[in-house]
Amino acid sequence: MAETLLKVSDLNVYYGSIHAIKGISFEVKEGEIVTLIGANGAGKSTSLNTVAGLLKPGSGQIEFCGKSLIGVPAHKIVKQGMALCPEGRRVFLQLSVKENLEMGAYSRPDSEVNDSINMVYDLFPRLKERYKQVAGTLSGGEQQMLAMGRALMSKPRLMMLDEPSMGLAPILVDQIFDIIKNLHAAGTTILLVEQNARKALAIADRAYVLETGRIVNTGTGSDLLHDDSVRKAYLGG
Amino acid sequence: MLNYLISGISLGSVYAIIALGYTMVYGIAKMLNFAHGDVIMVGGYAAFCAGTYLGWPVPLAILFSMMICTILGIVIEKLAYKPLRSATSLAVLITAIGVSYFLQNIALLIWTSNPKAFPNMVNFIPSIVLNKGTGSEITISSTTIVTIIASILIMVALTLFTGKTKIGKAMRAVSEDKGAAQLMGINVNATISVTFAIGSGLAAIAGVLLCSAYPTLMPTTGSMPGIKAFTAAVLGGIGSIPGAMLGGILLGILEKFAQAYISTQLSDAVVFAALIVVLLVKPTGLLGKKVMEKV
Ligand SMILES: Nc1ncnc2c1ncn2[C@@H]1O[C@H](COP(=O)(O)OP(=O)(O)OP(=O)(O)O)[C@@H](O)[C@H]1O
Ligand SMILES: [Mg+2]
Repeated sequence: MAETLLKVSDLNVYYGSIHAIKGISFEVKEGEIVTLIGANGAGKSTSLNTVAGLLKPGSGQIEFCGKSLIGVPAHKIVKQGMALCPEGRRVFLQLSVKENLEMGAYSRPDSEVNDSINMVYDLFPRLKERYKQVAGTLSGGEQQMLAMGRALMSKPRLMMLDEPSMGLAPILVDQIFDIIKNLHAAGTTILLVEQNARKALAIADRAYVLETGRIVNTGTGSDLLHDDSVRKAYLGG
Repeated sequence: MLNYLISGISLGSVYAIIALGYTMVYGIAKMLNFAHGDVIMVGGYAAFCAGTYLGWPVPLAILFSMMICTILGIVIEKLAYKPLRSATSLAVLITAIGVSYFLQNIALLIWTSNPKAFPNMVNFIPSIVLNKGTGSEITISSTTIVTIIASILIMVALTLFTGKTKIGKAMRAVSEDKGAAQLMGINVNATISVTFAIGSGLAAIAGVLLCSAYPTLMPTTGSMPGIKAFTAAVLGGIGSIPGAMLGGILLGILEKFAQAYISTQLSDAVVFAALIVVLLVKPTGLLGKKVMEKV
C-alpha cells in the first residue's frame, strides 16, 4: 500500500461571501496520477491554489507527507516538495527563459541549479534554444513548457498541474500529455486538473468529479471514462 | 548657458537618485510611496545630527543616516503598507500621504521649523574650473561632481543588482506576479522589505547630497524634491531604472533653464507641463516599456 502523499479533508474555501469549495475531501498516494475534472467554475483551481497555500481555507485539513499545511505560507510549502504549475501559465514575462527556471529553484542550493536546468533543457529542447529570450516573446506552447519546466525546478514529489493543455493546438496537447506520463514514469506523483477530461481520465489512476464546489463522483480513471453521467456531462455523450 | 546646463545636471542627479528610489519601490511593490521625499528629509537630519551635534566624521555620519533611513523604510512598510497589501491603490496612496505628513510633523516636533544650516559633506574633492583664464570661467563645484558620480554609480549598481543577483531577479519576479513568485518559494514580504530598505537607503544619500547643495534643512525640505523626483520617474517611465536616471537629469536641466530664461516663479509649472506633454505623446514615459502579453 503506497503512502498517502496529500490528504485533504472537509475543506471549505470562501471568496468573501462566495462559498467556492464546500467540504471536499480527496487524497493522492505516492506514485499516482490523480485528476480533478469538472465544469468551468466548479472549483478546481480554487482547490489546487488552496493546497499550494495561495488561498487560505475557511476550515478543513490539508496534510502533505503527514504534516499539516494549514497556516504554512506558500513559499515554504514548495520546500516541502510540492509544486503547482498554475492555470494560465503565469511565467514571468519580463524574465528570460533561464531566469524563469532559476526562479523555480529559488529554495534550492545554488550549486544544484545548473544540473536541474540541464535536466529541464533535455525535457524541453525548445527552451534550451531560447534560453536568453524573455518569456513574453515565447509562443503559448513554449510558455506552457516553460511553466512546467519551472515547476520541475523545485524537484517536487507532488506536481500539481492546472489545465496544462489550455489553448494549445491538438499536437501540442498530445505532447504535453506525453511529458506528464514521462514525469510520472520517472517517479513524480501527479495531481492534474484538466478541461480535456477524456485525455485526463485516460492517463489517471483515479479521478474526482467536482461540481459547484462538491465532489459528486470518484473512481478509477477507466471507471469514470465509462460512467454514463460522466460521459454525458464531460465527454460529450 | 553651460553654467545652467551644469547646475541642471547637478540638480537632476539628485532628482535621479530620489527617482531611483521611487521607481524601485513602484516597480517591485507597485505602490507610490509618497513618503519617500520625507525619508530624504529624515536622512538629512540624521546626517546633520551625527555630523554637527555628535561631531562624527562625515563618512560615519552618512552611514548612520543611511542606516536610520533603511530602518525607517522597513518600519514604514511593515506598519503602514503591508496591512494594505490587498487594499485598493487609492487606500494605499492616501496612507502614503498620511505617512508623509506624519514624518513632517514628527520632524517639526523634534527639530522645530527653524532651518538648520547643513554643512557641506561632499566637498572632499577639488572643483574643476573650465575655460581657465579666458574671462568666462566656469567652475564645476566639488558637490556637483560628487553628486553626478554618485548618481551614475547608484544607477549602475542597481542595474547589476536587479539583473544579476538572485534576490534582484526575485524582485522582478515579485513585481510581475506575487502569487507565482510565492509558488517558486520566494518570500514576497521579505523581498518587498528589501526593496524598501534599498529605496530608503538611497533616500539618505539623496538627503545628504541635496542638503549639501542647498544647505537649509527644514521639515519640509524633502517634499518638493520628492514630488519633482516622482515626476522625473514618471517622465522616464516609472519602474525603469535608466528611465529614472534620464527623467531626473532632464527635469533638473529643464528646471534650471526655465528659471534662467522664463521665470523663477514659473519654473515648476514648466516642469510639470513638460511631464504632461511627454505623457500625452508616450503614456508609458520616455523609457517605459509596454508589457507584452500572450494569452
Ligand atoms: N478571486 C475570486 N473572487 C471571487 N470568486 C472567485 C474568485 N476566483 C474564483 N471564484 C469563484 O469560485 C468558483 C470556483 O472557481 P475556480 O476558478 O476554482 O473554478 P475552476 O473549476 O478552476 O474553473 P475553470 O475550469 O474555468 O478554470 C467560481 O464560481 C468562481 O466564480
Ligand atoms: Mg480553473
